[in-house]
Amino acid sequence: MSEKMITFKIDGVEIKAKVGQTIMQAADEAGVYIPRLCYLKDLTPHGSCRVCTVKVNGRCQTACTEPAVDGAEVENKTEEIEGIRRDIVDMLFVEGNHFCMFCEKSGNCELQAEAYRLSICAPKFPYLFPARDLDGTHPDIFIDRNRCILCGRCVNASRDVDGKTVFEFVGRGSEKKVAVNADANLGDTNMAITDKAADVCPVGAIIKKRVGFAVPVGKRIYDEKPIGSDIEAKS
Amino acid sequence: MSDNNLKKIIIEPVTRVEGHGKVSLLLDEQNNVKQARLHIVEFRGFERFIVGRPYWEVPVLVQRLCGICPVSHHLAAAKAMDIIAGVDELTPTAEKMRRLMHYGQMFQSHALHFFHLCSPDLLFGFDADPAIRNVIGVARKFPELAVQGVMMRKYGQEIIKATAGKKIHGTGAIPGGINKNLSIEERDFLLKDIDQMVEWSIGAVNIAKDYTLKNVDLAKSFGTFDSNHLGLVREDGAMDLYHGNLRAVDKDGNKIFDQVNYKNYLDYIAEEVKDWSYMKFPFIKSIGPENGWYRVGPLSRVNICDFIDTPLAEKERQEFMAITGGKPNHMTLAYHWTRMIETLHSIEKIKELLNDPDLQGTDLVKIGKRRGEAVGLIEAPRGTLFHHYKVDEHDQVTMANLIVSTTNNNTPMNTAVQKVAEEHLSGKPEITEGLLNHIEVAIRAYDPCLSCATHAMGKMPLIVSLFDHKGELVDKKVKE
Ligand code: SF4
Ligand code: FES
Repeated sequence: MSEKMITFKIDGVEIKAKVGQTIMQAADEAGVYIPRLCYLKDLTPHGSCRVCTVKVNGRCQTACTEPAVDGAEVENKTEEIEGIRRDIVDMLFVEGNHFCMFCEKSGNCELQAEAYRLSICAPKFPYLFPARDLDGTHPDIFIDRNRCILCGRCVNASRDVDGKTVFEFVGRGSEKKVAVNADANLGDTNMAITDKAADVCPVGAIIKKRVGFAVPVGKRIYDEKPIGSDIEAKS
Repeated sequence: MSDNNLKKIIIEPVTRVEGHGKVSLLLDEQNNVKQARLHIVEFRGFERFIVGRPYWEVPVLVQRLCGICPVSHHLAAAKAMDIIAGVDELTPTAEKMRRLMHYGQMFQSHALHFFHLCSPDLLFGFDADPAIRNVIGVARKFPELAVQGVMMRKYGQEIIKATAGKKIHGTGAIPGGINKNLSIEERDFLLKDIDQMVEWSIGAVNIAKDYTLKNVDLAKSFGTFDSNHLGLVREDGAMDLYHGNLRAVDKDGNKIFDQVNYKNYLDYIAEEVKDWSYMKFPFIKSIGPENGWYRVGPLSRVNICDFIDTPLAEKERQEFMAITGGKPNHMTLAYHWTRMIETLHSIEKIKELLNDPDLQGTDLVKIGKRRGEAVGLIEAPRGTLFHHYKVDEHDQVTMANLIVSTTNNNTPMNTAVQKVAEEHLSGKPEITEGLLNHIEVAIRAYDPCLSCATHAMGKMPLIVSLFDHKGELVDKKVKE
């Protein structure tokens, strides 16, 4: 029995979707890239970063959480939407301490890659330079909260995939941060290097120790092709 | 006039980005120079910045904090972090890739300094009209020389790119090794121009040599003073810019210490703090702060080594040492000549390495048992560079101490300025552009960080203040 299909449009192009799919899922399958930072295939969408903002029939929605509906008109790559995304990514940069020049995630970082894709050259908002702490207590995993963008991937992965709840969010607003459960250090938890949560951070906030700069410039994920190229290759 | 007053006058905050050199001259009642001081604002704050960072990040992190010779900081930190990672000996591929990177850096840095920063003085004279005494003037009058300078610099940068991934601020060296080898294509690309580079390097040595020999009387006096010299040498006494043991010699060439494992540098070297300078004054402990200061850099390295292990540079070294009968040469202007001898040595080394199949090896990184403390030294283009770190059980740096080349040359540069001021300024309370440039030439011979940090047109941003015996400012010249 074949699944029931619906049809909607992204920037005027017809897209087919299965009933119940989000706009993001349908777009991915059709080879249309919608920029994103918190969404990761296989994890429960969190809808927190707003980078995937699209307009559905004229209203702003997050593509990673919004179900595709039959006949909808979705705006994705318009000047207005790209401008919104640029501002969001820009704010993520100034809200943390993102020093790409000596960050080992550089070249593999989704935040940096989205910024390049959106042609952000220099931040337009003032830097906040927050004081954030590091956690080196785990033998194999290092946390640098300076780079955390509060995407929630680690929280979800640990809870839903690893069944461990190693991470949680504490605080509100600009004080919000990703904490290790019960305010312990990572070294006091049962987190293991093989956990899904060790692999999902889009930035350099949760990193595997001693990997550092082992991959030379030129061989990193986004050195050759911009983020989203793999999805666009499907179209 | 109390020293306190003097201090207040001299140490004005200087914007860190611009990096002006500041010189203050104090005159006695006869308008003779009583005291000359050079103030350089140094980025000491970066040691604190490193604290807390994971150790594997440091080789990349530190190079961002000094825009001048990033590769030297990258490699000095990597050498320290090898030890932290428990690795005492790298694989041949890793060691040779790093050496190639280092010689590339040496080559491009020396070429930049010689052709862009110092050749205008040597080719036109210190007093020449500043309108022609700059790199554009050199390009007009000696176009082929200017082209060589640009091409040599570019060649060095290509080597850095091939070894570190980028021309500036690359990532090649990692604790315990290197992250890439040299591909056949990269090798062949670099080999294509190697003989031309060797030839131009010989030409550059000749320019510096001819200049010095022609002006030997000037060179003998201009900013010249006796001093100790310090640097790394190989176990057999050969010059080694990447790795070796510490050797220090006195003004006559007698060894003060030799083959000292640099991890024990604190037993031999201390740093004095003076209230008028942000920059410390290192000295050899056994002699004391008064007479224990030393010079570093090309002149010192040629002075202290027993030989150079590449034939063309060795021939030049012998010629150089002959003019002082084999004893250390103390002429400030001889830095230029020795810098070019090192340039030739570096390109000979590069040629040797490019022909070495080890560079195509695939065994890049070693691992060992983690350690808590390490020292990494390297001979940077401007002289010996010290990096010292402590790392805790969480892999985070808890202590960083860096002694950069320019700091090692702090007392020598001050002494050179004093000498030049005494000889060329005493009795003349007015500062002319020519005088300003004499001071600048003396400082520039040491190629201190500030000279290329802010250098675009062969001009060093410099502020010279002249104080009379009452401590009052009589004249001030600012050169942008
Ligand atoms: S640590 Fe990484 S994965 Fe976790 S919330 Fe922050 S950015 Fe997201
Ligand atoms: S990707 Fe949809 S809100 Fe973050």
